[in-house]
Amino acid sequence: MTLTRNESAPLFTADTANTLRLIGYIALAIALMVADHNGRWLHRIRYAASAAIEPVYRLAALPADLARRSGDALVDRAQLQVRNETLSRELLLAQAQLNRLLAVREQNRHLQQLLDVQQRLNLGVQLARVVDVDTDPFRHRVLVNAGADQGVQVGEAVLDADGVVGQVIETLPNTATVMLITDPAHALPVAVERTAMRAIAHGGGSLDTLNLPNIPISADLRVGDRLVTSGLGGHFPAGFPVATVRSIRNDASGMFALAVATPSAALDRSDEVLILHRLPDPVGPPAPAPTQGPPVDASAKTPGNVVGP
Amino acid sequence: MNRARTNAVLFWIGVAVCFVLQLMPLPHALAPLKPFWLALLLVYWTLEAPAHVSLGRAFVLGLLGDVLTGDLLGAQALRLCILCFILLRFRARLRFFPMWQQALAVLALLVNDRIVQLAVRAVSGVPAPPPSFWLAPLVGMLAWPWVFLLLDDVRARMRARES
Repeated sequence: MTLTRNESAPLFTADTANTLRLIGYIALAIALMVADHNGRWLHRIRYAASAAIEPVYRLAALPADLARRSGDALVDRAQLQVRNETLSRELLLAQAQLNRLLAVREQNRHLQQLLDVQQRLNLGVQLARVVDVDTDPFRHRVLVNAGADQGVQVGEAVLDADGVVGQVIETLPNTATVMLITDPAHALPVAVERTAMRAIAHGGGSLDTLNLPNIPISADLRVGDRLVTSGLGGHFPAGFPVATVRSIRNDASGMFALAVATPSAALDRSDEVLILHRLPDPVGPPAPAPTQGPPVDASAKTPGNVVGP
Repeated sequence: MNRARTNAVLFWIGVAVCFVLQLMPLPHALAPLKPFWLALLLVYWTLEAPAHVSLGRAFVLGLLGDVLTGDLLGAQALRLCILCFILLRFRARLRFFPMWQQALAVLALLVNDRIVQLAVRAVSGVPAPPPSFWLAPLVGMLAWPWVFLLLDDVRARMRARES
């Protein structure tokens, strides 16, 4: 588009003005993205605007919610009876296991006291429901309907009935964002249940894949091994099921093996999740024993102290 | 209500519906197929009533979309600005294309949008998305005639009611 050589032609025609504006807006957008990437402004803005955002999430989740509730309400009697029986049976088995584990826990506590090891404290849990809103299918995030007002904090572990789901990365007053363990940016310290070998499980980018890179070729790892959290790092308590190994092969360099595992939690079907409140103290070495020295005052009458002549 | 006001009301109602649709969950297999509704709406309004859509407004709508979906602040603003700019450039020609050619143009714009999104993700360190990343522009192209006809119909009815 040539500029007309005309005295009354403006210096910036409409086209150039638009291009300049576009460049200005692009620069502004890039500046905002860089600032947000480094300074996490977006979370603060979202928190401040949460009074407007949360109703939109609830509205978007409404159809799925209504479908689920009408599915629950319009279920037939025979199906309800079957479900009732299955749940009672599962509850009975779970209670039996729980009773056995309570006895084991008492024994464990007693042994720990004998060994003078720092006590492990109980976990505080909170039930939450996944808000059925899809922010980006390529990003492995879910929203749950408990937030800062309900005591959820960033960094808390999230589980479901079958295994570890992820951790909380952002909190709004009544909603929290959870990053799934299958997000490529997530790494979880795990241990193999059978051999107690420690490894780190990285998200594989799809809802059914976790990668464990850099495993020594001589390591004793088999297909079918179950992985549990190892508790290292303090974010996830130890012992919760994470995944099952489904294949092991040599990686590109040939010096290490790469294992691929399938997560145990139903990541795409989770409805109710548990949020674990943070352990007050991280697991660590026991506190040093108080120093015992000779009594400062030799004439003090302490029991068992023989006052010499 | 005069014409400008009905257009404005319809525009903002359309924006609200787009935001809700963008968040609406789909079954897991269909989730990558969700088109970029806000872009389709902006394409319609840029073609029909460019007084409503300027680069600044596209930028602000993109910022609102970013705050709502929680990705990098400014990513959607960048994409919508680029989309609007290309559209404003070619508006005079696109307006009179037959529907199928308009749909192809919308496909090109949405693929361009996905490329910009890929660039932003690459710079922010997110790994490459799976191939289903590229299906959404196709769905957007297929949805375009319906969006156009629906919005045109609603606008015609509102105009008929007020006149």
